[in-house]
Amino acid sequence: MSSQLKWKFITILALLLFCIYGVIGLPVFPTSLTQLKANLADRIKLGLDLKGGSHLVLQVQVEEAIGQRCDQSVDQISKQLHDKNIGFGEIRRVDDTHIEVRDVAPATSGSFRDLINNQFTDWAMVPEAGQTNGYLLTMKPSVISDLRKSAMDQSLEVITRRINALGLTEPTIAFTGRSDDEILVQLPGEGDPTRAKSVIQAGGQLQLTLVEGDQPYPSQIAAMAANGGVLPAGSIIVPGQADAGTPGQPSQQVYYILARAPIVTGQDLVGATPQPSTNNPGQYEVNFHLSTSAASRFGPFTEANVGHRMAIVLDNKVYTAPVINSRIEDSGVIEGNFSQDSAQDLALVLRAGALPASIKYLEERTVGPSLGADSIRQGVRASIGSLVVVMLFLVFYYRLSGVNAVVALVLNLVILVAFMAYAGAVLTLPGIAGVILTIGMGVDSNVLVFERIREELRNGKVPAPAVDTGFNRAFLTIIDTHVTTIVSAVFLFLFGSGTPVQGFAITLVIGLLANVFTSIYVSRAIFDYHLSRMDRQGHLSI
Amino acid sequence: MEFFHGVNINWMGKAKYFVALSLILLAVGWISLLHRYSQNPDAMYGIDFRGGTLVYVRFAGKAPVDQIRKGLQQAGLANSTIQGISDSQNLGSQNDVVIGLEQSQTDESLDVGKQKILDVLHDTFGADTTGKPDFNSITASALTADLTRRDPLSLGVNAGDRYTQLAAQLTDARDKDHDGIITNFDQLKTVPGATPAVLSVLANNYSLGTFAIRDAEIVGPKVGAQLRHQAFWATIYALGGMLVYIAFRFEWVYGAAAVIAVFHDVLITLGFFSLFHYEISLTVIAALLTLVGYSMNDTIVIFDRVRENLRLMKREPFADIVNKSINQTLSRTILTSGLTFLTVLVLYLMGGEVLRAFSFAMVVGVVVGTYSSFGIAAPIVVLWNKYHDGKGSTVRAGSAAGKRTAAVARS
Repeated sequence: MSSQLKWKFITILALLLFCIYGVIGLPVFPTSLTQLKANLADRIKLGLDLKGGSHLVLQVQVEEAIGQRCDQSVDQISKQLHDKNIGFGEIRRVDDTHIEVRDVAPATSGSFRDLINNQFTDWAMVPEAGQTNGYLLTMKPSVISDLRKSAMDQSLEVITRRINALGLTEPTIAFTGRSDDEILVQLPGEGDPTRAKSVIQAGGQLQLTLVEGDQPYPSQIAAMAANGGVLPAGSIIVPGQADAGTPGQPSQQVYYILARAPIVTGQDLVGATPQPSTNNPGQYEVNFHLSTSAASRFGPFTEANVGHRMAIVLDNKVYTAPVINSRIEDSGVIEGNFSQDSAQDLALVLRAGALPASIKYLEERTVGPSLGADSIRQGVRASIGSLVVVMLFLVFYYRLSGVNAVVALVLNLVILVAFMAYAGAVLTLPGIAGVILTIGMGVDSNVLVFERIREELRNGKVPAPAVDTGFNRAFLTIIDTHVTTIVSAVFLFLFGSGTPVQGFAITLVIGLLANVFTSIYVSRAIFDYHLSRMDRQGHLSI
Repeated sequence: MEFFHGVNINWMGKAKYFVALSLILLAVGWISLLHRYSQNPDAMYGIDFRGGTLVYVRFAGKAPVDQIRKGLQQAGLANSTIQGISDSQNLGSQNDVVIGLEQSQTDESLDVGKQKILDVLHDTFGADTTGKPDFNSITASALTADLTRRDPLSLGVNAGDRYTQLAAQLTDARDKDHDGIITNFDQLKTVPGATPAVLSVLANNYSLGTFAIRDAEIVGPKVGAQLRHQAFWATIYALGGMLVYIAFRFEWVYGAAAVIAVFHDVLITLGFFSLFHYEISLTVIAALLTLVGYSMNDTIVIFDRVRENLRLMKREPFADIVNKSINQTLSRTILTSGLTFLTVLVLYLMGGEVLRAFSFAMVVGVVVGTYSSFGIAAPIVVLWNKYHDGKGSTVRAGSAAGKRTAAVARS
C-alpha cells in the first residue's frame, strides 16, 4: 500500500471514529448497553411528530399595542393642552396610528405646533385637509416598527417565563420566521395542550383602582344615570361580578365606575401565590405582594381611602371590589371562583408579567405519543428494508465492487446521523424519508461510477486506468446531480420554516454532502487498495 | 453480471409517441383534477393548505363509525367527515378513524371544533360515569402528580423522581407496547416497578376509555393561505435555481429543456394525485421537490453524456449523438431508477399512513421523472437543434456545447 493510500484510510478511519463517538459516545462514555441506548436517545433529537407533543403557532395582536400607544398619546396631549391653556374643539383617535385635533384656537396655534413638535416627537403633524384649524397627527413609521418589535420581544419573553413556570420538559418558544408577528411554541410530550394554551393566552394585566361612587351598578346605563348621564372625568366603566353573596348562586353581571389611573399595576408585583380561601372554604385565592416603591404609594392611598371600595381588575374585568378597612402596606388578595389549579395558573401568570397585546392561536397540532412511536417504528423499518434490498442487489450485481459500494453507503449513513447529532438537528418523519432518499442518491453515485468503469473495461482498458477514468468521468456528473438536488433542498429549507419539512431538507442536504465524500473519496480508496494488490492485467470483480 | 449492454434504440425517432403519451397522461390527470376543483376548490388540499380540524382517534376494537356520526350530528357537527383508515401494522383492522371539520367551523376560536369532537367522543364512549379519569388519555406529567399524591409504594418524602420514572414507564408501555390503548390494567404487569399495589391504585382510581386520541391538528385560515404561498414559491425558486445552474454548466437550452421536463413531471404527478384521491400536504410538496431534483438528476446524466460525445463525434447528426448517449447511460438509468423505485416502494408499503401520500408521489415521480429525461428533455434539445440547422443561420448548438465543454476542463 502506498503511503498516500495509507493516509487516505487513516483519514477515513478517524472520521468514522469521530462519527461513531458523536452518536453514542456522548455525553458519558458508554460502559453498558443501557448507557449506550440512553446516549443514542440523547444525541438523536426527535421532532414532535416522532416524539409526540404539542405544536402551537400564535399570533400577537401587535396592533393593540400600537392602539394603546395612540390612546395614551391622546390622553397626554389633551392633558397638556388643558395645562397650557391651548384652546381646541376636539381631540380624538382616528385609528391605531392617527389622531385628529380640531378647531385649535388661532391665537394659540403657534404654541400648539410647538408642543406637538417638541414633546410628541413620535408623531408627524400636518394641517388636516378640509379643516381650517384642524391637524392630523400620524405615528411615525419608525415608532410603529419599534413598537411592533418591542411588543413581539416582550411577548416572547413573557410566554417563555410562563411556559417555564409550568415545568414542562424542553419546551421550544421562538419566532416562526415566516411572518413577523407569529410565535411558535412546541411542548414535547404534552398530549393535551389545553392548560398550556390558557396560561399562554391569559392577559395578566392586573390593576388596583379606586371605585368611584363606592357601589356596583346593574347596567352601564344605570351607572351613567347615577352621575347625571355623564361619566365623571378620568373614569371608565368596567364590568365585573357582584360579590359572591351565597355560594353556589351564579353571581350577577354588574358594572363599576373606576378611576382611569390605577394605583398599582401588575408591574408593581414581586410575588403571587395561590392559597385556600379563608372566606369561601373549598375555593382558592391568589395572594400578591407589592414592591417597596409600590407599597410606598399603596399605604398612604389606602389610609386616605378607608371606607371606600377598591377594585381588583384583571384583564379589564373587576374580580372583587372590597371595602378598604384599614391601611394596607404591601399585599393583597384576589378572590374569585378559583379552583386550586386555576388559582395556581393565575399566580403563575401574574408572576410572569402581562402580555403587551392579546394573542390568537393560528395553528395547533398535537401528536399522541403512540402515533409517534408507530412512526419511528415504521420509518426505521422502511429505512432498513430499503437499505437491505439495495445492498443485496449491489453485491449481487457488482460482486466485490458491490461490497465496496455497501461500505460507502453505510459510511454515508453513519456520517449523516453523526452530523445531525453534532449539529443538534432534529429528526422528523419527513427527515426519515430524507434518509431513505439519501440511500437512493448514494446508490446512484455508485452505479454511475461502476457502469463507467465497466464501459472502459469493455473498451479494452486494463483495470487501473479504467477505474481512474470511471471516477474522473463520473465525478462531474455526480457534482452536477448533487448540486441541483441541494439547490432544491435549500429552497425547501428556507420556505419550510416552522414545519417538519425543514427536517427533510436538513437530512437531505447533509446526506448528499456525505454522499459526495463517500462515493468519490471512500469508494475510490477501496478500489485503489484492491488495485494495489493486483496485477496490472488482473481481473477486477465488478 | 450485466443487463442492458449494447442496446441500440432510436429514442429520438420515437419522440412523437413520447409526446403523445405525455399529453394523454397530462389530459387524464388534469381533467380529473379540474373536475374535482370545479366541485370544491379545496378538494385537492390536505389540512395544511386548506385549514380546518382533523382528529385521529384509535378505538380498542372496531371503530363504531355510525355511533360517532350520530353523536357528531347531535352536537351540531353534521357536516363533519369521518374516514376509517387501516393501520399498516395490522392491515384490515378497522380501529382507527379520522374525524374532519371544514374551515368555517374552525374560524372564531381555533379549537372550538376540536373541543366539540372531544366532547362527543367522551360523552359517547367515555369509560364510565363514576367520574374517574381515563387512564388511556392521561399524560405522564398528570400521572406523576397523581401517583406522588397517592404514594402506592409508600415512599413518603423519599420518593424523589421515582414516580416520575414510573409514570413515564407506565405511559410508555401503554403507548409503545399496546398502541396507545389498554383494555385491562393487568396489561401493565410487565412494567418494572408496577407492583400489585401500584396496579390496584390504578385500577381503583382510573377508568379505561375505549378510545385514544392519536393526533389532532387544527390549522387556521391564515396559516393555510400562508403555507400555500410558501409552497408555491419554494417550488418556483427551486426550479429557477436549477435552471440557472444547468444553464451555467451547459447551454441555456439544456436548462430550459430540463426545467420543462421536470415541470411536466410535477404536473403529471399532481394529475395522478387527483386520480387516486390523495391530498396535497406539506410533505407532498417536499416529495414533489425531491422528484424535481431526482428527475433533474436523470436528465443531467444524459446531457452530460451528450456533452462528452459531442466532442468525440463531431460529424454525426445531433439526434444520433443523443440516441447514443441515452443508450450508453441506459443501464445506469434503469439500475438507479429501479433501485430508487424499490426504495420508495418499500417506503410506500412500510412507511405507514403518515408517509403514504409522500411515498405515492415518489413512486409516481420516479417513473415519470426517469421517462421524461429521454422522452421529453432530450427531444426538446434535439428539436431546438433541428430548428437551428434547418434555418442554416446558426452553427450547430452541438459545436457551441462543445466549445463550452472545452472551457470546463475535464480530464
